[in-house]
Amino acid sequence: MTDGDDHEGGASEDRPSEHGASEDHGHDGDFSREDVVLERIEAFRRRRPRLKDDFINSAHGAGGKASAALIDAVFVEAFRNETLEAMSDGAVLPLPSGDRIAFSTDSFVVKPRRFPGGSIGDLAVNGTVNDISMMGASPSWISAAFVIEDGFSIDELREIVADMATAATKAGVQIVTGDTKVVNKGAADGVYINTAGVGVVPAGVNLTAKSVKPGDKVLISGYIGDHGVSVMIARGDLGLDSDIPSDTAPLNELVEKLLAAAPNTRFLRDPTRGGVATVCNELAREAEVAVVLQESSLPIRGVVNGACEILGIDPLYVANEGKLLAIVPAEETDAALAALRAHPLGEAAAVIGEIRDDPPGIVVLNTGFGGNRIVDMLVGDPLPRIC
Amino acid sequence: MRVVDEYRDPAAARVAVEQIEALAAGLVPDGERLKFMEVCGGHTHTIYKHGIENVLPESVELVHGPGCPVCVIPMGRVDDAIAVAETPGVIFTSFGDMMRVPGGDGNLLEAKARGADVRMVYSPLDALKIAEANPDRQVVFFAVGFETTAPSTAVTLMKAKERNVRNFSVFCNHVTIVPPLKAILESPDLRLDGFLGPGHVSTVIGNRPYRFVPGVYKKPLVTAGFEPLDILQSIVMLLRQLRDGRCEVENQYTRAVHDEGNPRALEILAEVFELRPHFEWRGLGFISQSALKLNDDFSDWDAELRFDVPGVRVADPKACQCGEVLKGVIKPWECKVFGTACTPETPIGTCMVSSEGACAAYYNYGRFTRAQTIPVKSA
Repeated sequence: MTDGDDHEGGASEDRPSEHGASEDHGHDGDFSREDVVLERIEAFRRRRPRLKDDFINSAHGAGGKASAALIDAVFVEAFRNETLEAMSDGAVLPLPSGDRIAFSTDSFVVKPRRFPGGSIGDLAVNGTVNDISMMGASPSWISAAFVIEDGFSIDELREIVADMATAATKAGVQIVTGDTKVVNKGAADGVYINTAGVGVVPAGVNLTAKSVKPGDKVLISGYIGDHGVSVMIARGDLGLDSDIPSDTAPLNELVEKLLAAAPNTRFLRDPTRGGVATVCNELAREAEVAVVLQESSLPIRGVVNGACEILGIDPLYVANEGKLLAIVPAEETDAALAALRAHPLGEAAAVIGEIRDDPPGIVVLNTGFGGNRIVDMLVGDPLPRIC
Repeated sequence: MRVVDEYRDPAAARVAVEQIEALAAGLVPDGERLKFMEVCGGHTHTIYKHGIENVLPESVELVHGPGCPVCVIPMGRVDDAIAVAETPGVIFTSFGDMMRVPGGDGNLLEAKARGADVRMVYSPLDALKIAEANPDRQVVFFAVGFETTAPSTAVTLMKAKERNVRNFSVFCNHVTIVPPLKAILESPDLRLDGFLGPGHVSTVIGNRPYRFVPGVYKKPLVTAGFEPLDILQSIVMLLRQLRDGRCEVENQYTRAVHDEGNPRALEILAEVFELRPHFEWRGLGFISQSALKLNDDFSDWDAELRFDVPGVRVADPKACQCGEVLKGVIKPWECKVFGTACTPETPIGTCMVSSEGACAAYYNYGRFTRAQTIPVKSA
């Protein structure tokens, strides 16, 4: 309906940069061999990452290139179907009635199990609630399965389960089915939790990467990196004292408010493992657009920035557990931002960038310093630098 | 991070860039470039993180030097580390960014996946703590880095000796900055006009050790800090030297670096380490007296003596041209194996190992840099 308008808006905005690019060509001349090399790299980069490893290592679970390669080569290869191939946070499935449900699952193995602002129990509920919310659905029921190590304290289990109950109440979901397994000592590290959930997708809501267009804006619902830094500090091996609470929270209500204010919202994702950078990269690739972020607009707490600076980690790759990244058409941006900021979980919401058509598949950060750089997918976990 | 913000002010950056542009215009004809090498990996990181290369005028090019401490570790040493890590009963500790550096046969993360007890630490003192907490296990620390990290390894070893922690040892791969700098300067095909001297290393060794750079090789050197404005200001200082016909060691990073360095840290280094006769550098080959080993007083804590270390040299592939890239002789894309046999996923040489290496950076960002950067200049 409004497609034509959007396209025009995007195209006219992009004209200056196209002009700039054609000017560049005038400078070239003796670059042809370099161009050949660059083209070859480009072709190589466009291919999906390939699995070359013989054994699983921690990088395969980190949400970066190694994870993508594993999922592609092992899971999608074996289970292949259209719903799975959409590679979303959850599946959207049609019911005979014509309604659609969103269905998602997630496992939780965090260490330490308790950190400032939450516990593995909070994450287990909020994680699945949020995955379903990102499909635009309102989650109603979730399941919970526990893999427990022989000798685990029942008191601690009670505490974790109490956290889950509180989180479920807060999110307005019921935990309606479950499973318990006990494994030998050493076969698991304390307790692992899997949750799965379903929710109904309201009619007319269709959030996909493919619907994202040049000219759309990138919004984040608040401070980034809180959860990841909270857990890193709580592990206690950094020698840092400051307490940053995790941002773990259910986002279903925030999503409802957002969609009411900005009904043409294109795409939602909660930037958990791999952070904002990974979500933007996945989006750029799937939608074949450029995601241009403004460093000066990124909401990052001073303590989080400081901790990341010390560790040599980029906060863009650090996990969040209570934030959403939304792509919204330009004309609905103000309404979307106002709706987010009116909710306690979105007080620090900000427009952090926009979608352009060139260079497709790439995430660019305009640095506060006046330069720019590419924000690439990581292979695995961000590793602290020594120097 | 207010302390940091004042060194990242875009308005001040524009002033510095204009200065650079004007100075360079007076020094090289149109279309030609001045090439400055930043020696330290920390500088390279700043340059990428803040996008400094694309605010610089075309007349100034930064060449990324050999100062990334994990990238210069040769494959054979990584294989040795893995062999120690896979020795039954060993807890092997390493800085995070060493975990993915490939040896001849895999990296430490893969060894961990095969069952080795490899743990990431943020300081060698953490490794010593692990040793004290696990008296029935052998705990080895994989020591890498320049004079910046060597003092903390030295202090840890002194503590281990003082407390008589016998199940702790260090696999020492500390290297020194001056010999590779000399090796680069010695090369007859050198195409560099000046150096940004390493900031963190210089807090330890001071500015004096660099005097040979202008003295013998007639190249200016400015010791630089790690914030974006530090880098730009250091480039201005190099250009001013060239304009004035001066050639000397200057210090831009005066808030941290003193000419004489840190005498106490140097004492500690002398107490624990001695120079190796020679050490292999990935991409640069063997360089004499370029690395440290534990001296006789600390040999009881030397992992190379305690464990059966294969010590097999894995030669850099012949086609690898890292040395020439580092010297600014060729561009990354001109290397014979660039983008074919050598990629960030399967790196051959030092320049491709770290995301900050010259080749990895070019592989990831090269197309974009060329397409987007040129029209920054005002008419």
